[in-house]
Order: sequence, then structure tokens, then C-alpha cells
Amino acid sequence: MTAALLDAHLVADRGTFRLDVPLRIAAGEVVALLGPNGAGKTTALRALAGLHPLTDGHVTLAGVDLDRPRRRVRTPTERRPVGVVFQDYLLFPHLSARDNVAFGLRRHGVDRRAARRAAMDWLDRVGLAEHAHRRPRQLSGGQAQRVALARALAVTPSLLLLDEPLAALDARTRLDTRAELHRHLAAHPGATLLVTHDPLDALVLADRLVIVEDGRVVQEGDAATVTARPRTDYVARLVGLNLHRGTAEGHVVRVADDLALTVAERLDGDAFVAFRPAAVALHPDRPEGSPRNAWPARVSGVQRHGDNLRVQLDGPIVVAADVTPAAAAQLRLVPGQPVWAAVKAAETHAYPAGG
Amino acid sequence: MPRTDTPAPPRVRPPRPRPGIPVGLLLPAALGLVLLTLPLIGLLARTPWADLPRRLTEPGVLTALRLSLLTATLATLFCLLLGVPLAWLLARVRFPGRRLVRALVTVPLVLPPVVGGVALLLVFGRRGLLGGWLDATFGITLPFTTAGVVLAEAFVAMPFLVIAVEGALRGADQRYEEAAATLGAGRWTTFTHVTVPLVAPGLAAGAVLCWARALGEFGATITFAGNYPGRTQTMPLAVYLALETDLEAAVVLSLILLTVSVAILAALRDRWITSP
Repeated sequence: MTAALLDAHLVADRGTFRLDVPLRIAAGEVVALLGPNGAGKTTALRALAGLHPLTDGHVTLAGVDLDRPRRRVRTPTERRPVGVVFQDYLLFPHLSARDNVAFGLRRHGVDRRAARRAAMDWLDRVGLAEHAHRRPRQLSGGQAQRVALARALAVTPSLLLLDEPLAALDARTRLDTRAELHRHLAAHPGATLLVTHDPLDALVLADRLVIVEDGRVVQEGDAATVTARPRTDYVARLVGLNLHRGTAEGHVVRVADDLALTVAERLDGDAFVAFRPAAVALHPDRPEGSPRNAWPARVSGVQRHGDNLRVQLDGPIVVAADVTPAAAAQLRLVPGQPVWAAVKAAETHAYPAGG
Repeated sequence: MPRTDTPAPPRVRPPRPRPGIPVGLLLPAALGLVLLTLPLIGLLARTPWADLPRRLTEPGVLTALRLSLLTATLATLFCLLLGVPLAWLLARVRFPGRRLVRALVTVPLVLPPVVGGVALLLVFGRRGLLGGWLDATFGITLPFTTAGVVLAEAFVAMPFLVIAVEGALRGADQRYEEAAATLGAGRWTTFTHVTVPLVAPGLAAGAVLCWARALGEFGATITFAGNYPGRTQTMPLAVYLALETDLEAAVVLSLILLTVSVAILAALRDRWITSP
């Protein structure tokens, strides 16, 4: 393994909640810390910035220990080469956009004139040169986000932390800002950690995903691996897959007491089976012929999903099925309605759960 | 800014208060208003308007006014110097006995000012706890001096400043201070460059309240600093003294104090106090 720019093992407590997350990020790499609300993402970010104390573990950046409770090493936030873009940006309301960006440079000993010049360069780079003299409350959400990014990058941090950088934006601004953010993050030579609960942000912006639930890393890898082989319900839902865990024996995985699914792969022991909602076909009666995986289920809910309808099913396993409006018209899709669900073996993907 | 394309809903009239205000509320309310305004009207009614310009330029009046403005301003600066850090400590640092300290800070608010004056004498008087030492070591005597007036006014007025600033600090979003830290600002720089500008309105309101209280201070001043024209005789003291010899002079002095107070109140309302 190449030497990571950031090598951290974050162990932190917040009330009864414990975070225990190892994290390594190479120079130039963008890692997304993805997880549901309350998973500990923001605590992890705050611990890296020195805003939340570590109980144990360490934060080592470019070979220097910033935090290591066992050796009583703790570098205060203001002396860490770490930049942060906060969720609601926290631009200083009494300073202009330019002086917000110059703030960090001034604190790093750059004289006023040079700091302002550099700040103008940064604002120019994020396309806001003409708004340099505006106060934060005169900026739109997208502009404020870019000023916050320029402010954090202006002091050339070795580690850049972004806390839900797009969460406060409306849908259209988010699209533009995401593309622009991608450009700036790609140009950032240091390590970047992006905290988000939006899988799209993570997939677009990050080279690698680290997924945390309940303070622990549950899955880690590049976007292709994570989306193809989710390991928890949360990840499966993020990437839009049905996921079930069971015991495999050859081509059969037993996922419930009264249901075994036939799968394309051959494996043994603890296993996951994943399949797309669109791969689930619904029938009013027991289907004849080819699909070997069919089970009786009961409709528990129906929502619009793009051009199709997403049907939630109870039964031996909880499953989401996508059906076309035409198919739906032939079934009476009301809650409580019994139906038969079927999945072709070729549409499933099974992989070992252990390790 | 959220934008709505839906047409504006039909205007809803605010519910009209039920007709008929109970006499049990109306009568005391009216009496209260009379109680608060009648003395002011009386003051204006008894003002010798024709004589006013001459009386205003009397040397004694100007001296007292100048001394009052000077001491109130110095006392406010003194309070800012010590009170803002105290407010910061109370708002931002958890330490054992913080509640006790906060209670102690508010004592001068409820203490009769005369008692405050006596207490100051016991500490800073010639034979007081610190007074003797100050006199012997630095040759500083506080009682019955202009510095004594400033000290007495600061003692009485500081709680107003501390309470206002502490409230502002508690209301300020501390995450701005965290943002400053991530940009390399130490705690002192963060305080001066981020915290103070953020609480500036509260700070200004506290300073104005403090100044107004210092301007009107009587009890502690006369007890601790005495009543020497030109040295310790501030406006309230001059009013009290004039009342015994020359009622019209007392009225004129009172009118000046009233004018200054109302001007301050108006400035405060416009800039810092948002009334519904």
C-alpha cells in the first residue's frame, strides 16, 4: 500500500455513541464518508479538524501526529493544516466575500495587501470576482458555497474536509455546483474527505466510498464495487437494490425459512443475494414455466418511481418491485393485495457475506 | 430565498379583539400611564422657559454636565475593559462556581446604591482593605476624587453591560468561532476578529445601558465620592443640591438630564431594540 497522506483511526465518544472509524486517504484522492443521519459522519469530520476530542486512535497527516491521545499529542484546530467547508458555510457575516477568503491567509501571516490579492485570485477561480465586495447575506446559496470553498482552499490545506457541501442548495443549483466542485476537488493536491448522505454526491465527487453506520465502517471501496455488491440494507437502498442475506449451498441461497432463491453464481456458506427492483415480476397467480424463484407476497405500498411504479412487498422477504403502469393496470395494486413475485436466477447476483 | 409561484392567499384579517376592555384592566393601566408621565409633564410645566438660555450657560451647570458626561463615559470604558471579558468567561467557559459568579455580578443591580457607596468606602477608603495600600504604595486616593466618581458609577453600571454582553455571546453561533479556528485563528484573534463583531449590537446596547445608568448614578457617588463642585459633583448631585436652595435651577438641571436620557432611549430604540 502506498503511503497515505492521511492516516487516521478515529475513536471518539459523544454521549453513549461511539465512533470507531479507520481512514486512509492518499494525496489527491477524494474519499466520501457516506452514511445515514446519526452514523457519526460529522463527528468524524470534527475529530479530524480537532473540533471533537479523540478518545483513542490517532490522526496522522503527512507523517506528523496531529492527535494521539495515548501519547497526549493534540494539535489545536488552528495549527492543523486542515481546511473545512461547513454544511451551512459559516461565512463571517461582517466580512465581504473577499475578506472572508483573505481571513485564513491573514491568520497565516500574509500581509493585508497580499492576502486580498490572493483572495481575489481565488474568487476569480470560483467565478465570483465581481461579487468580491458583497456580504454573505447578499450572496445566493451556490455563491456562498463557492466562497466557502475558496476560503478553505486559500490556505492550501493538506486535508480538505467538506461537510454535506451541497445539502443546503436547491436541486438546480446543486447540479451546477456539484460539477464545479468536482473540478476544484480534482485540482486539489491534498487529501479530501467529503461527508455526505447523498449517494449521488458521493458517486460523482469521490474516488472511493467509505460507508459508516452506527459509528462503524460497514463497507469500503470504489463506486463500482459498492454499487454492485452492497453489504448492508442501507447501502442496498442507496444504490437501489434488493439485498438479502442467507446461507448458500451451490446455486441455492436460503434467505428465509420458507424461501430459497436460485442464483447464477455457485457458492457456499454465508452469502448476500442482490437484485434490482426492475428484475422482480409480479403475477396475479402462480407463474407457470421458466422463473424458478417465485413466492407469494402481499402489497404493502405503491409509489411513483420515474416512469414506473415501485411496489413494496411483504412476504417471506421484504422486496421492492418496479412495474410498468401497463403491468400495474392488470394487477390490482392496493395495499394488502396478494400477488406472486418472481425473479429469474440470471437477474440475481450472489456473493459471499463473510470477510 | 424560497420562491412561490402559487397566488397569494386571500388576506386574512387578524382576529379583532373582543369589544369591551374590562375596567379592572383599563383603570390600572391608565393610572400607571399617568404615574409614569405626569412627573415629566410637571417638570416641563415648571420649566422657566424664558430664563432657560441664561440658566443653561451658568458656569455651575456646564461644569456639572461636563463632569457627568466625562465620568459616565470613562466608567463605560472601564466597564467595557473589564465587563466584556467577564461576560465572555461566564458565557463560554465552564468552571466550578460559575453560577455563584453570575449571582455576584448581578448583586449591584439589586443593592441600594448607597450601600454600594459604603462598601466602596470600606474597601477603597483611606483605612479600607485596599485604600491604605494604594495610598502608601502608589499615592493613589480614590474617595472624594473624580476617579472615585468613575469607580462608583462603574460599580453600579457594570452589571448592565455584563448581562447584555453575556446574553449576546450566548445567542451568537459558536460555530463561527470554530470556522475561524479551522482557518488558523487562535482564541484571542478569534475573539477580536469574529466574536466581537458578531456580538457588536449586543455590545453596543449594553454599553449604552451602562452609560445611561452611570449618568444617573447618585447614591454610590455621593457616599463614596462626596459632592465637590467641579470634582465630584455630577448632574444628579447638582440637582439634589439645587433643590434645597433654588427650585428653578433644579428644574433646569433635571430638564437637561431628561433630554439626554430621552435622546439615548430614542437612539437605542432605533438601532438596537426591536419592538414588535
